Amino acid sequence: MTLLGIATMGMWCILLSLFALAGGLFLLGVDRKLAAHMQARIGPPIRQPFIDVAKLLQKENIVPANAIPCLFHLAPVIALVSSIVVLFYLPVGSILPVLGVYGDLVLVMYLLAVPALAMVAGGFASGSPYATVGAQREMVTMIAYEFPLAIVVIGVAWRLGAAGLPLPFTLGTIAANPIWTLVGPVGFIGALLLLLVLAVVTPAELSRIPFDTQEAETELAGGLLVEYSGRNLAMFYLAQGVKTLVFAAVIIAIFFPWNLSGLLAMPPWLAWPADLLFFLVKSILVLFFAVTLVRVGMARFRINQVVSLYWVYLSVIGFLGLILLMADASLVTLGVVGA
Amino acid sequence: MKLNASFNRSLWVYHFNSGSCNGCEIEIVAAITPRYDPERFGIKLVGSPRHADVMLVTGPVVHKMKDRLLRVYAQMADPKLVMCIGTCGISGGVFYDSYNLEGPVDEVIPVDVYIPGCPPRPEAIIHGVVKALQKLERIQGGEQ
Repeated sequence: MTLLGIATMGMWCILLSLFALAGGLFLLGVDRKLAAHMQARIGPPIRQPFIDVAKLLQKENIVPANAIPCLFHLAPVIALVSSIVVLFYLPVGSILPVLGVYGDLVLVMYLLAVPALAMVAGGFASGSPYATVGAQREMVTMIAYEFPLAIVVIGVAWRLGAAGLPLPFTLGTIAANPIWTLVGPVGFIGALLLLLVLAVVTPAELSRIPFDTQEAETELAGGLLVEYSGRNLAMFYLAQGVKTLVFAAVIIAIFFPWNLSGLLAMPPWLAWPADLLFFLVKSILVLFFAVTLVRVGMARFRINQVVSLYWVYLSVIGFLGLILLMADASLVTLGVVGA
Repeated sequence: MKLNASFNRSLWVYHFNSGSCNGCEIEIVAAITPRYDPERFGIKLVGSPRHADVMLVTGPVVHKMKDRLLRVYAQMADPKLVMCIGTCGISGGVFYDSYNLEGPVDEVIPVDVYIPGCPPRPEAIIHGVVKALQKLERIQGGEQ
């Protein structure tokens, strides 16, 4: 690669990082506003998360006496950076994945686990019993939801491969060929089931109610984050926002990859900002149904309920979806139904 | 200490019960209901003193709680405010001459805002928050 190519890529990465930080906090603000309206409240202004971060940055940064300082300080940085990096492998609006050449959906799946692992490391490094319990719960939750998440990823990519597309795991391919347009009626139901599974994985990935057992404000007093304050807490707060944006981008890339410029004719200079806005609208919609609606309507699950929900119910639903997609693929190949 | 205006719009509150009769707690909970909705102003209840900017102290500080109150106060990150809610914390209230009191609160930790009442109404608690914000603005203006 030429020096110019590297410079261009670096510039895109910086732009995307800024977008990830601002967009993530914006999505958190929208989530809080919508939740407030559903509870018949006025709620905070949409820029509230920005104010919170600005406040946290001017607070004292305490390191507890029992903590392991290097790990304690490293964990928030890793959580923030790794969640931003995921976005470089995902399509955002009509911006193709910046580092798409170097990684596919499987890499994204692995990278999505890194912020959670950083939080676990930070929790154990805090030297507080609350944080330790929270870290253990975070690990259990992670083990629980990774399996259904893997089923969704494998299912969609396998169906794209069965339709004869080259490189079905690359996000460029997935975003360019929406799963709904490839499948017949049976596969459509299968894809709907997989979408449901991915939607239920979302709150656990973002540690929101009903799957926020690891933070559990009322029982663990903040769990993993209990000892964090000031700048470190601000970084975790930012990472939470970025993770929200990233997971919305994953769902959009797999299931709703349409762009405004592909649907309406528009001049090229308008396409880029219009697609970006359309992407934000899609993320708000996805997060409203997957996160906000669920967290307002439900209470918290116990940790053993979380595990059985993911390993038993959602795995079964995911497998059913996978089987329907496979059946659909063979039906289309045999020529029984048209795609 | 350099404070900017973001601090006023994002006060995270931690509640500490130093031996209260639970009357003030009920009024604090009433003050965060949708009817008053303090989240409009960025006020949020948090579970850990490390995350908090404001500590609400209720109760007259009984003997066993003095050490805990000092430790929780020390755990909060600077800059921090303390609001003393209820007559008990201000003067000891009906328990003023009890053998078991270490309080009132301001003999144990520095208090910024006093909210009298037994228990204070939610409106009084919100008025206390406004007083706390005025104090913060004075500090930001350079006064001590």
